[in-house]
Amino acid sequence: MADPAPIISLRGVTKTYGEGPTAFQALKGVDLDIAGGDFVAVMGPSGSGKSTTMNILGCLDVPTDGTFLFRGHHVEALDRDQRALLRRRYLGFVFQGFNLLSRTSALENVELPLLYRGEDKKTRADMGMAALDKVGLAEWWDHTPAELSGGQQQRVAIARAIVTNPDVLLADEPTGNLDSERSVEIMELLTDLNRRSGITVLMVTHEPDMAAFARTVVHFKDGLVERIDARHRAGEAVA
Amino acid sequence: MIIGTTFVLAIRSIRRHMLRSFLTTLGIIIGVAAVVTMVTLGNATTAAVQEQISALGTNVLQIRPGQGFGRGGGGPRPPEFDAQDIEALQRQVTGVRAVAPQAQASAIAIYDGANWTTTINGTTNAYFEVQPWQLTAGRTFSPEEEAAGKSVCIIGSTVQQNLFRGGNAVGERIRLGQISCDVIGTLATKGQAGFGGDQDDTVIMPIKTVQRRFTGSQDIRLILVGVDQAYDTQVVQESISDLLRDRRNIEPGEDDNFNIFDTRQISDTLTGTTNLLTSIVATVAGISLIVGGIGIMNIMLVSVTERTREIGIRLAIGAVAREVLLQFLVEAIVLSCLGGLIGLLVAQLAVAALVPVMDVKWIFVPEINVAAFAISAIIGVVFGYFPARRAAALNPIDALRHE
Ligand SMILES: Nc1ncnc2c1ncn2[C@@H]1O[C@H](COP(=O)(O)OP(=O)(O)O)[C@@H](O)[C@H]1O
Ligand SMILES: [Mg+2]
Repeated sequence: MADPAPIISLRGVTKTYGEGPTAFQALKGVDLDIAGGDFVAVMGPSGSGKSTTMNILGCLDVPTDGTFLFRGHHVEALDRDQRALLRRRYLGFVFQGFNLLSRTSALENVELPLLYRGEDKKTRADMGMAALDKVGLAEWWDHTPAELSGGQQQRVAIARAIVTNPDVLLADEPTGNLDSERSVEIMELLTDLNRRSGITVLMVTHEPDMAAFARTVVHFKDGLVERIDARHRAGEAVA
Repeated sequence: MIIGTTFVLAIRSIRRHMLRSFLTTLGIIIGVAAVVTMVTLGNATTAAVQEQISALGTNVLQIRPGQGFGRGGGGPRPPEFDAQDIEALQRQVTGVRAVAPQAQASAIAIYDGANWTTTINGTTNAYFEVQPWQLTAGRTFSPEEEAAGKSVCIIGSTVQQNLFRGGNAVGERIRLGQISCDVIGTLATKGQAGFGGDQDDTVIMPIKTVQRRFTGSQDIRLILVGVDQAYDTQVVQESISDLLRDRRNIEPGEDDNFNIFDTRQISDTLTGTTNLLTSIVATVAGISLIVGGIGIMNIMLVSVTERTREIGIRLAIGAVAREVLLQFLVEAIVLSCLGGLIGLLVAQLAVAALVPVMDVKWIFVPEINVAAFAISAIIGVVFGYFPARRAAALNPIDALRHE
């Protein structure tokens, strides 16, 4: 059922921070294929290179060595602005710390990526409201982050990430700041988006309960992929 | 990204941080307001000085006996001028348009129960050529009236106002001290004179009449010389000086015992002084404008640090460096232009408040308003650029991690 050609493909990717004697190799040769439409959980001990990998996959950073194919195109050698345009066009981000603009309404936060795409006011408002509706916060559109709970803020952040209909949603510990009840809600939302909209979801998590929502689980250890568990989603049997 | 979007982002950001925005622009507001206020008031003062001087008559030389302001204390009283001096000046000096002698007295004017203390100026018809006077009614003196020293007069508008309540005066007879006198003309209002006198508070009579009936001597205390436009006042002044030295038997090397006062020269000197003062004050104000610009840079830099995470978010969701740069730049420019506009407004209010206190006329100077605003816009570009470049150069991962 999965796309035969992977949407993301890493080969021999290394990442070294710093230079000389203080240099530290955070990734030591990662090979990883991610199929379009998959829901992937990335797990592993702290410091094993999960975030480093996510930053590279999210085109926020470049590998020191190795190749990174996105939809069959090499992106490891793209410059800053080209990567920015790639993020704008194909990627959505959700962060552990929500990272919403303060003193800015939920709708304006969600509209932000559309602004950079040059969409007009009406389109921005329509698409923004549609995205807020998908995360169940349409009624809260004019509230600022300070007026929203943590779970609501993360859902606004998800709305912002999906408002441009990206191919891939990258979430680095999206439930790290939430209690388990809110975490489950976020997971259900991500599952729903993955299934209904076909968005490829890449998520880093520490908690097996959260990883259980994913179809594929990638285990990292010491800067390498240790093991990949492919399985059916827990929710699929219920549905 | 289209420039309109950048504007939207910049305006939103300014609105969301009102206090910070206000503090950022405060320097510009004060700088622009100071420059515009100073230059406007300086101009108004210069204009007022020029107006007061020109009220004395342009290209007019005033000749008085004695050594002039603050000189020649003791010694014998220098001789007064007489009718022959007037003749000589008229005949022998080239470039002289008109020569008017003047003999002054003070008297109470009375008409139909109204009375008014005024200055009587004895002179000739040349007086009306030397100085820009207009008649509202009646005529000037006839040759017989001048020659015989007839009891006729031409009254200024202040006197007309006080004796006739502004109504017709020509053909009426008024009392002036001990004598009665026919009003043959009325003068148009000239307004405040230089140095505090009301020029319209005057009664003009033939000089013979004044000498005979009021001062009781042939002396002439003041000669007004109108200089022809085509001649250099300086040269005419020197010819007059030579002539008078000769007529008054002053040896070479001896000081003059008369003084010639050139209104134009005084005007130029005073105008030069007020202009100099204006530029000094404007320079100081201009420096404060630059300081205001540095204030903008300072607060924009702080704001880049403060907003590092925001910049990280923008970069992560796909803003390219140029767009972040543009946003910060536009923010700085909008802020400084806004500051400039508010500064202009404050300046107009300050000028409006100060003009009556300083007793000058408000002259709107478009150039300085435009220039001050342009400078504030340029300050926005220049001092906004460095913080903006710094913001755009941030690495998104580091920026996002920033607390
Ligand atoms: N910018 C950096 N400079 C230096 N070392 C870094 C940097 N980012 C991460 N590291 C190091 O790389 C290793 C992997 O980090 P990371 O990918 O964040 O791990 P995690 O799996 O916990 O997300 C860690 O040892 C971390 O200290
Ligand atoms: Mg991490």
